[in-house]
Amino acid sequence: MIDLLQLLIYGVVLGSILSLGAIGVSLTFGILRFANFAHGDLMALGAYLAFTFVVILKWPFWLSLVLACGSTGLIAIGVDGLVFRNLRRRPPVILLISSFGVALILRSLIQLIWGGEQQVYRRGIQRSLTWAGLSIKPDQITIVLGAVILVLALHLFLQYTRTGKAMRAMADNVDLAQVTGINTEQIVMWTWVLGAVMACAAGVFLGLDTRLHPTMGWRLLLSIFAAAILGGIGKPYGAIAGGLLLGVASELSTLFVSPAYKSTVAFAILVVMLIVRPTGLMGGR
Amino acid sequence: MQISGLINFAIFFLTLSSIYAILSLGLNIQWGYAGMLNIGVGAFFAVGAYTSAIITTPDSASRLGGLDLPIWIGLLSAPMIAGVLAFLIGIITLTLRSDYLAIATIGIAEIVRLVLKNEAWLTNGVRGIAGIPKPLEGINPGVDALLYLLLVLAILAGVFWLSDRAYRSPWGRVLRAIREDEQAALAAGKSVLKFRLQAFVLGSMAMGLAGALYAHFVAFISPEAFQPEFATFIVWVMLIAGGSGNTRGAVLGAFAIWAVWSGTELLTNLLPIAWISRAGALRLLLIGVLLQVILLTRSEGILPEKPPKGIATGGGPDRGRK
Repeated sequence: MIDLLQLLIYGVVLGSILSLGAIGVSLTFGILRFANFAHGDLMALGAYLAFTFVVILKWPFWLSLVLACGSTGLIAIGVDGLVFRNLRRRPPVILLISSFGVALILRSLIQLIWGGEQQVYRRGIQRSLTWAGLSIKPDQITIVLGAVILVLALHLFLQYTRTGKAMRAMADNVDLAQVTGINTEQIVMWTWVLGAVMACAAGVFLGLDTRLHPTMGWRLLLSIFAAAILGGIGKPYGAIAGGLLLGVASELSTLFVSPAYKSTVAFAILVVMLIVRPTGLMGGR
Repeated sequence: MQISGLINFAIFFLTLSSIYAILSLGLNIQWGYAGMLNIGVGAFFAVGAYTSAIITTPDSASRLGGLDLPIWIGLLSAPMIAGVLAFLIGIITLTLRSDYLAIATIGIAEIVRLVLKNEAWLTNGVRGIAGIPKPLEGINPGVDALLYLLLVLAILAGVFWLSDRAYRSPWGRVLRAIREDEQAALAAGKSVLKFRLQAFVLGSMAMGLAGALYAHFVAFISPEAFQPEFATFIVWVMLIAGGSGNTRGAVLGAFAIWAVWSGTELLTNLLPIAWISRAGALRLLLIGVLLQVILLTRSEGILPEKPPKGIATGGGPDRGRK
């Protein structure tokens, strides 16, 4: 029983990271109509930017997180302007292939700038907090707390701002949104910023929970796609649910299968899901 | 000395390019003809390589096999096993829309990568399989490499001929119809799933064959050799640069991009010593940028697709899809 609860805690931690990543994928998929394969590497880029602020410049963690996320947002807009914007009139599959190339470019840049070795935000082992046989690291509390704050902020943004409402409208139906006079280019820009900020936070939290490595984002991409599709494409709330569900399922699966295959559990659930209910839990596209 | 070094390099270059050309032809059948996104090329390449390696190496205590069978059995089995794998995957995933299929193939590639790494009883894990026999060795000492190149070229020619014929055949026409408009093909009474499955399996078989040829060429394989960057990404760049849908383009793209790739090595050799460890990343960066430039400026490739006369002309694999 204790084991189960412990895995549940780890599952929520992993699920928080997956949710943040899946929100961005779901939004870009819903609004720009293509599966962005560069999203994982955007996460890694955010994590490495924060690494520069925290470890090299020795700035406080939360400030570094904010700065890194801001920079990642700007970089996402830059990538869109350089590449994706010019391909937007083409079929979405071309954008998909292009994003595959962008992913590789980002990963190579990370390796060029920061090197291919593993990095950590903080050396030494953290003392776990224990309670009734359960343990959790302070960093993991930070992750869950950070994810909750971000998701709340996203919720307020989507529900109560004009831009947020327009974004949800576009994710629901692009043509209808355009007819009602929504400035689509502006919404696309906001989509990139929001997706990138969430991706960066996910990357930083992943680095906090484990280590930084140039391939950290690419390795998680499959689970993130699975979470986004599970929740229903274009449904940010679905993405959160999908992320939490897959996080918990992945951790619980270690009871039955070798932990080496943890990352494929999400994929297995995805395949079953696609066959049984291809529109996702929340009925996206 | 200079001359013989140059000849050796040329043989090495041509052999690897030809193997990549077979991969590119396989992907061309899937993406160029039928519009199916396979981002797991490396998985079928790796399965082919491991199949042939396990079949042809001498018995080993640390893993399955080796069966110590003749090389031609290995070369025949590799596409078979890759084809069976593709069939099983295809049955489940080919009903999905193209972007979901792409995600599903990444999943397959990830599973294959983890199996190669973790199931040491089967693949010897990260230590890999060494001592894979080379065909045609010892017949005429000194020209082994040249003979192998000729074998690979002959197989490439065979795959090319079959693939080119298939493109012009009614079968290829149905695939193009499905690619352009699935609903219309369905309305015309074509079994979309059946044709897709055939194209997916045939393309994957070509990839498996390329894997076997690669294994016998390098004699040592480990999971490291099948990183998505080299086994999947570069093949996509080759096909798109050469011209997807065009068999000549697929082969030309493989040779051209492999030449660029080899050229970047000469370039990075000029870098200061401190940068040598990062040269690999720099080369990948260049290839990634090259792909973007091709997509932005000439997305139909060097040799655009030219469907045989008699049907509506024009359009790459992406034309007319929603």
